[in-house]
Amino acid sequence: MTRWHTDTALQPSAYDLQLARLAAMGLALSLLEAAIPSPLPGIKPGLANIVTLIALHQLGWRAAVWVSLLRIVAAGLMLGSLFTPGFWLSLAGGASSVLMLGLASHLPARYFSVLSHSMLAGVAHLAGQLLLARLWLIPHDGVWQLLPPLMLSSLLASMATGLLTLKLLEQLPPCQAKPLPSP
Amino acid sequence: MRLALFKAGDLLIATLLAASCFGSFYFLWYHSGRASHVLLYQNGQLVQRWPLRLDSRFTLHGPLGATLVEIRQGRARIAADPSPRQYCVQQGWLNGPGSTALCLPNRTAITLEGDSGHDSLAY
Repeated sequence: MTRWHTDTALQPSAYDLQLARLAAMGLALSLLEAAIPSPLPGIKPGLANIVTLIALHQLGWRAAVWVSLLRIVAAGLMLGSLFTPGFWLSLAGGASSVLMLGLASHLPARYFSVLSHSMLAGVAHLAGQLLLARLWLIPHDGVWQLLPPLMLSSLLASMATGLLTLKLLEQLPPCQAKPLPSP
Repeated sequence: MRLALFKAGDLLIATLLAASCFGSFYFLWYHSGRASHVLLYQNGQLVQRWPLRLDSRFTLHGPLGATLVEIRQGRARIAADPSPRQYCVQQGWLNGPGSTALCLPNRTAITLEGDSGHDSLAY
């Protein structure tokens, strides 16, 4: 039950603050990226995914889900694309990439770094988007003709963001905020 | 500055994904098979399924008038259509399975079908 009047003010934890900070950074990157002209609709670098990857590494998977979804909804609000087909595509991509990150983060860290997480999430993002497009927006098998160029661009972009995240994580101080104990 | 921050598994995944990327180019774009039949649609309904190896001409009837379909040398095209923008006529000859010419607002269309019976793109 929601209580509107409480004696104790809601105190954000260090975890909350760090999560909000990351989501805001992701939003800034999303807005920045929206201003970059793209040769083809649907091809963009996906810089905001750096922030999701950092959240995954510093705060855990739940935080990565929050950061990703908050960023997508907020970017929809700011760009005026909320609930448009583009927004749903972005949400489908975000949801599937976050699910993939949940799986990929179980890969042994000895052999797989953030770069792997980034590439796998990029592929999942594309798969989620194309699947939604095929099922809902363009119910025709011709949609699959878009797969090769989109997959190439997604692979290159996710490699770039993955490498950037590797460099950033190397230089970032370890985060103070500890993940919340799961309930 | 160290460059080799990534690990062996990263290279493995990058190789696998790059391979599937090239595979998708090969199978979806380059080697998409041959079309064997043309499907003729009128007002959303299939009216004729015709093998591409037989040259022929068909007339489909829409609300604006007659759409003329031409089949020659294993290809098909809309030869004439009364729709104002003429997109389907300008598409020219259709070759690959799955390619479609749609005439609107005359509500007529042709689609090429692959010889495997199902769609060209296995998913």
